[in-house]
Amino acid sequence: MSEIALQVNFALNIALLLMLIAVGVAIARMRSLLAAILLMGVYSLVSAVWLIVMDAADVAFTEAVVGAGISTIVLLGAILLVRAGPVRHNWRMTIAPAVLVLGVGGLLVYAMTGLPEFGDPASPANAYVGRNYLIQTPDEIGVPNVVTAVLASYRGFDTLGETVVVFAAGIGVALMLGFGPRSSLPPLPAAMGDHHVVLRVTARLLIPLIALFAFYVQFHGDLGAGGGFQAGVILAVAPILHALVFGLHETIAALPVRAVRSIATLGVLLFAGVGVICMINGGGFLDYDHLFPPGVEAIIPPGLLGDPDHAHQWGQHFGIFFIELGVLLTVAATMVTIFYGFAGRAVEEP
Amino acid sequence: MVDALHLIGGGLVVAGTLLTLLGGVGVLRFPDVYTRIHAASLTDTGGATLVLLGLALISGLTLETLKLGFVWMFVMLTTPAAANALANAAFSAGHTPRIGAFQITKGVAAGEAGPDTPRRETSDGNKSAAP
Repeated sequence: MSEIALQVNFALNIALLLMLIAVGVAIARMRSLLAAILLMGVYSLVSAVWLIVMDAADVAFTEAVVGAGISTIVLLGAILLVRAGPVRHNWRMTIAPAVLVLGVGGLLVYAMTGLPEFGDPASPANAYVGRNYLIQTPDEIGVPNVVTAVLASYRGFDTLGETVVVFAAGIGVALMLGFGPRSSLPPLPAAMGDHHVVLRVTARLLIPLIALFAFYVQFHGDLGAGGGFQAGVILAVAPILHALVFGLHETIAALPVRAVRSIATLGVLLFAGVGVICMINGGGFLDYDHLFPPGVEAIIPPGLLGDPDHAHQWGQHFGIFFIELGVLLTVAATMVTIFYGFAGRAVEEP
Repeated sequence: MVDALHLIGGGLVVAGTLLTLLGGVGVLRFPDVYTRIHAASLTDTGGATLVLLGLALISGLTLETLKLGFVWMFVMLTTPAAANALANAAFSAGHTPRIGAFQITKGVAAGEAGPDTPRRETSDGNKSAAP
């Protein structure tokens, strides 16, 4: 990178970090919970931009989608349930948290001095395993996006764990709030006033496009930033937007609670099932090179899609495809379940 | 030629960011909810259009241009709809517009002055209009 580009990059880093600090202070000083939640969305968005500047496109994408998108919706649902007013301020109550925060912050600043320089090729993260991943991904996995190769193939077991964590979070929310409105829903309110027609038309136009974009992100994950987690959250936004604009009744009629629950389970099963199939065919758990038995592998013509020299990576391609599909199903269905849980309670207890 | 396109594109990007900045100033400075929504939404779409147009000129005729076009369409669909929803919600919540020194009152429900009769406000009209 040229000298000017480096300086611009440095200035951008400083500016974005200052913005993060400003937004953080604003959140801490904000007495209205609603404004604080919206500011947390802003915080996530700014940090996503910062991660883009740091060239971490996949992380930035996740931060924007999860931090600024879905968690804002869930938090808004939460304060709708508890109907919390402005927090009463008492400076004595803030002493202990302030000491704790300052202590942890000081420790982090102290730990920062031991970090290697940003982008240092000799740092532990870049030198051993990381370098091997970078070197071997084109041969062993054959997907252009190394992040996807690490996430889905090398560290597939970790990703299975993450998917199960998301699933468990959905179960946790369902245990506390229910899977959605129970049978005794109040009757449908009279048709909305006509003044929401702009919203309805726009939403009707956008919902299919959002779902389409989710699938683009899903299938583009091999090539660029994206993948099952981001696509799942984006896919979940389509029914959530539908529920916000057309009402929860309509959404549940179109996408029953039971179906969503089953889809979430199916995703985890699909992910783990791919691993088990690999074991049945003689490999390790989630060892995609053994996804197909050798007989099937021989049938696939070399160069069916792309490079004929890398024909032996079909297992990797299909393994990543299926586990990303499992992640997509679980994440999307879990997000919708969580939303149903919050929104169902809000409908029941007016 | 390419350099000229880059220069024009960069200029458009800067102009778009300045327009968005102006929108931020407008949100802080304008007197009531509706003018603030107006400032925010118009400069959002306008600024985004300028920035995306500039980026399209810089990137040339590639796949990126198509993606920028999609982003533009998304912004043009969502921002006006969001502004409409916001103004709708503000109106339902009883906020009334303020025009110059006049505070328009929403007196129909309260049985006061009609909706078209402007009422002179002496102090900050925004607060006295609460339903």
